[in-house]
Amino acid sequence: MNEVNLPFFQKEIKKFKIDLVTQKDSHGSLIYLLQSAQDSYGYIPEKVIHYISEVVGIPAADIYGVITFYSQFRLRPLGKYVIKICEGTACHVNSGKNILKALQNELGISVGETTNDGLFSLQSVACLGCCSLAPVIMVNEETYGSLIPKKIKGIIKKYREL
Amino acid sequence: MKEIRVGLGTCGVSAGGIQVFNTLKSEIDAKKLKVVLKETGCMGMCYEEVLVEVVENGTSFLYAKINPEKAKKIIDQHIIDDRPIEEWIVNNRACSEKEEFFKKQKRIVLRNCGVIDPGSIDEYITRDGYKAIQKVLKELSPEEIIDIIYQSGLRGRGGGGFLTGLKWRFARNAKGEKKYIICNADEGDPGAFMDRSVLEGDPHSVLEGMMIAGRAIGADEAYIYIRAEYPKAILRLENAIKQCAERGYLGTGIFGSDANFKIKIKEGAGAFVCGEETALIASIEGKRGIPRIRPPFPAQKGLWGMPTNINNVETYANIPWIILNGAESFSSMGTEQSKGTKVFALAGKIVRSGLAEVPMGMTINEVVFDVGGGIKDDRKFKAVQMGGPSGGCIPASMGDLKIDYDEITQTGAIMGSGGLIVLDETTCMVDLAKFFLNFTQNESCGKCTFCRIGTKRMLEILDRITMGEGKEEDLDLLESLAYKIKDSSLCGLGQTAPNPVLTTLKYFREEYEAHIRDKKCPAHICPALITYKISAEKCTGCTLCAKKCPVQAISGEVKKPHLINQNECIKCGLCYDACSFGAVEKI
Repeated sequence: MNEVNLPFFQKEIKKFKIDLVTQKDSHGSLIYLLQSAQDSYGYIPEKVIHYISEVVGIPAADIYGVITFYSQFRLRPLGKYVIKICEGTACHVNSGKNILKALQNELGISVGETTNDGLFSLQSVACLGCCSLAPVIMVNEETYGSLIPKKIKGIIKKYREL
Repeated sequence: MKEIRVGLGTCGVSAGGIQVFNTLKSEIDAKKLKVVLKETGCMGMCYEEVLVEVVENGTSFLYAKINPEKAKKIIDQHIIDDRPIEEWIVNNRACSEKEEFFKKQKRIVLRNCGVIDPGSIDEYITRDGYKAIQKVLKELSPEEIIDIIYQSGLRGRGGGGFLTGLKWRFARNAKGEKKYIICNADEGDPGAFMDRSVLEGDPHSVLEGMMIAGRAIGADEAYIYIRAEYPKAILRLENAIKQCAERGYLGTGIFGSDANFKIKIKEGAGAFVCGEETALIASIEGKRGIPRIRPPFPAQKGLWGMPTNINNVETYANIPWIILNGAESFSSMGTEQSKGTKVFALAGKIVRSGLAEVPMGMTINEVVFDVGGGIKDDRKFKAVQMGGPSGGCIPASMGDLKIDYDEITQTGAIMGSGGLIVLDETTCMVDLAKFFLNFTQNESCGKCTFCRIGTKRMLEILDRITMGEGKEEDLDLLESLAYKIKDSSLCGLGQTAPNPVLTTLKYFREEYEAHIRDKKCPAHICPALITYKISAEKCTGCTLCAKKCPVQAISGEVKKPHLINQNECIKCGLCYDACSFGAVEKI
């Protein structure tokens, strides 16, 4: 664990926004490293798992275990627009399900999938925390509240035309 | 000079607060006006966002539901011409909204939320900020701090309700070469947003509470474990920590004393179970967030094996106030066993959804009707759901119940972290129980068999009940499974996961029975148990429903009432959504 000299490291380090080598000794940095990797790549490529494993000295299998445990991490790239549908209690009792149905109809994908054109990914989240606006969805950083199914078409259209 | 405040908590931003803020800013710049424009956190009236408050000589004009156009008009009329726009002002209405909402509240934790600019340490300081930590460093021994907190009767606001003073004493007495303070900001309950609002609106109060805790137990290092889904709160915390470091409030020799203290932020990666303290510690250590057996408790062996004190955001935010105002003024509020106040996130079918802080001992009815303004659309109050997925439903008939840790626990629900979802007659209790169980089932870490598989089996049973395939013996089976899961799970997640099912079974058993025996969902929520029918009187024969129907189950001639063929109908509800005349009915 002295010198890190993987071929991948040489080529790809520029993409990785943090200096891994200074991080390797800090306690419990694995989740932070994975978050940074995902920030840089949009997901966690397999080669990055091996690379991090080499640097911090944790077996790749254990790292894979951590990745799959937390819902934030993904092993595949995402669409250009990530639609998060809130499944919180307030949204649930305010018919959030119908919004999900409308989204699925409009996009032709289910939760966890990405459209073939790579434009939209549909995710469900436990709660976006703006319950007074229920039902709510988020498209990238933009929040849409007090929704009714009829509004979905227009929202999606807006992003398709961007 | 006039001061304009714009509420830019997540709720305000979601409602379009940034655009309003930018409009105000460009108007002020363009017209070279002498006013102070600042952003604040959430003042709790989320249902009226975007909120813009104009303050002059201590008089406040609170404008609700403002958009960029209205913002321009506020500048022209109120700021320039000095004519407040009466019809948009909430605290000026006949039955003042603002007064109604705040009258029964007692704001300790939320004392600065919506009042100060959370990005400014100076504003926090002018509101007695960082006085408590200085008092503690100069005048009090660690034991004395712990005594004050103990005597105040403050109990952990994260859900467990353990006496904070006692927890601190355990950590103080534990032996270890290093000790840690952790702030649990992994607010994962769906429908709860108290901690987020405090962190967004008043981050310094939490930092100060942590510093005091650090002094009390002898810790010089602290972590805030916060959900990555709260980007704004993280930003505010980072900024607050930076400001403290610059002023010497954090670092070595804080406030010129011999004490050292540093605070780091750890972002969670999305796992509900990490709200459990041992799982949270594992997550900070970079591992899978799986709980472990207690004892040893974190107070003895916590982070990296060292004595660790964990409290949640709201608990820490109470601390500076208690130190400055004394244990007695805190314990004078509330009931025998539950002191002080509690912040609730009011949501669901309630008129004023938002954040409210009320003294312990207030009844549920008072919270729902007096603070929350009652039920939306004049529907009937059915129940409140407290404590999120670990809690339960308390029926409207028990509305006189006092908000008190022990009284609520007796109903089968829990105080929890403070999510309070109001339900009306259009909520199906079986569906709601299924919703929560689905959540905990997804979030179970998988360590304990009963939690992992038991909740799955319970969910399957609930699924078939809502599909109209429930059996008479299912209810007994649900109960028996529920108690086994409670008994054989290691951590709070499994031990409380069956609560939503148990409480709905206890108070709304007849609804389950209606699903099983009559194959009916009384609230018309469970799709499989709804029959769609077209009312011949209301139908205008516009043919829209027939066009929308994906299985051509609707027949009828133009301008004549249509009919749904029940054998063909797949109960998708598209006709119901499509009809503009309310002619499609659910029965």
